[in-house]
Amino acid sequence: MAKTKELLFDPVVNDNPIALQVLGICSALAVTSSMSVAFVMSLAVIAVTAFSGLFVSVIRSQIPSSIRIIVQMTIIASLVIVVDQILKAFAYEISKQLSVFVGLIITNCIVMGRAEAFAMKNGPVESFIDGIGNGLGYSAILMVVGFIRELFGSGSLFGIEILTKVTEGGWYYTNGMMLLPPSAFFIIGFIIWGIRAWKTSQVEVDEFKIAPNSKMKEA
Amino acid sequence: MSSSNESIQKTVTVALLLCLVCSVVVSASAVILRPAQAVNEQANMQMNILQAAGLYDPKQTVQEQFELVSTRLVNLETGEFVEGMDADGYDQRKAAKDPSMNRVLSGEEDIALIKRQAKVAKIYLIESGGNIEKIILPIHGYGLWSTLYGFMALEGDANTVAGLGFYEHAETPGLGGEVDNPNWKAQWAGKQVYDGDAVALRLVKGGADRSDSYGVDGLSGATITSRGVDNLVKFWMSEAGFKPFLDNVKQGRI
Repeated sequence: MAKTKELLFDPVVNDNPIALQVLGICSALAVTSSMSVAFVMSLAVIAVTAFSGLFVSVIRSQIPSSIRIIVQMTIIASLVIVVDQILKAFAYEISKQLSVFVGLIITNCIVMGRAEAFAMKNGPVESFIDGIGNGLGYSAILMVVGFIRELFGSGSLFGIEILTKVTEGGWYYTNGMMLLPPSAFFIIGFIIWGIRAWKTSQVEVDEFKIAPNSKMKEA
Repeated sequence: MSSSNESIQKTVTVALLLCLVCSVVVSASAVILRPAQAVNEQANMQMNILQAAGLYDPKQTVQEQFELVSTRLVNLETGEFVEGMDADGYDQRKAAKDPSMNRVLSGEEDIALIKRQAKVAKIYLIESGGNIEKIILPIHGYGLWSTLYGFMALEGDANTVAGLGFYEHAETPGLGGEVDNPNWKAQWAGKQVYDGDAVALRLVKGGADRSDSYGVDGLSGATITSRGVDNLVKFWMSEAGFKPFLDNVKQGRI
């Protein structure tokens, strides 16, 4: 059981796919302007990473290594299409807002990374749990970024008004930058800084040492 | 991984089987969920129509409310109803792409930047006792990033705006995307379209005067989207758009 817990919760802080491995940044910028959208996106990514891990792991001993990446992509792409179809059928409003980003889960490096790095070497159950864990890690960052962006950008959370906007007769001037994708860069940057300040083991070793300035010499 | 996996035969077999299984899964999900999706799409469209007319009531189902609405086809050139065509099945967006059903707009005319326009438009009427109460017209035009598709609802006098709403666009959220802001949309109701014969309804940069019955506030931080909305309203209310039809309504010929 200890291992299950590790697989499930390690990726949330200790080995976060966004904060430590710096994968899946592009969708984290795109879908976090409102929390409800970020939440559905998180669920979709969790489902896809978990099931792609499961299926890749089930057939891992049959996959010829020359076409393994294509096999993984095919499985992931099929799952993403199924998720997209389900969203269109049962959560139409949200799927309209997510638009192309559901389809782009296919190119999300986290899914591919877990299939190649974990599911190819481990059993189906572990791979499934690992997929959920990494999906949770992704979701955790998405929810934090979404919280900050929606609160300061639109003055609401999950569409419910928290800060009354000036345009609606209140006092809060919305921060327009928070609604634009670049703001997520800053927020994710601060999150990574925060996590590394807390868990110093995540700080990467410098790849090279900067030489001291050479003394000025008179020509 | 055993080396037997690496033979050409094995590679081809695995690839084929995988493709087969995946294609069955994908097509099955598409086919099974298609009816539910179609219902959503239709309900969404009907909701947009009702919202544009300011009639949508979240407490009732969309289908119930939509029973009041009748769908009609209008020939844009003559401004008369087209009979003998299935109004519900008509797709104006498809028709705009079909050379036999569209009209290519000249550069001068094409202020909404739509290039081609269907000759027949699908409009919605709400009637009571033989009188037209509301006219809901489909409008579209180019903003900053995308074509905005929406509806404009007019009162029975064919001059007073009852409401406006866009159901499809990809403008910047928070800037041009504020075309979805209910407070901004609420300004449209009660405005007048025509001053004499000319379209006077417009967006005013920096905010319209409250007493101006033709002016609506421009969107702050979204000059190009505002200009797009301004142009598309002008286009669809002009001679090339619904003006012939609206003139017919005004003169009681319909």
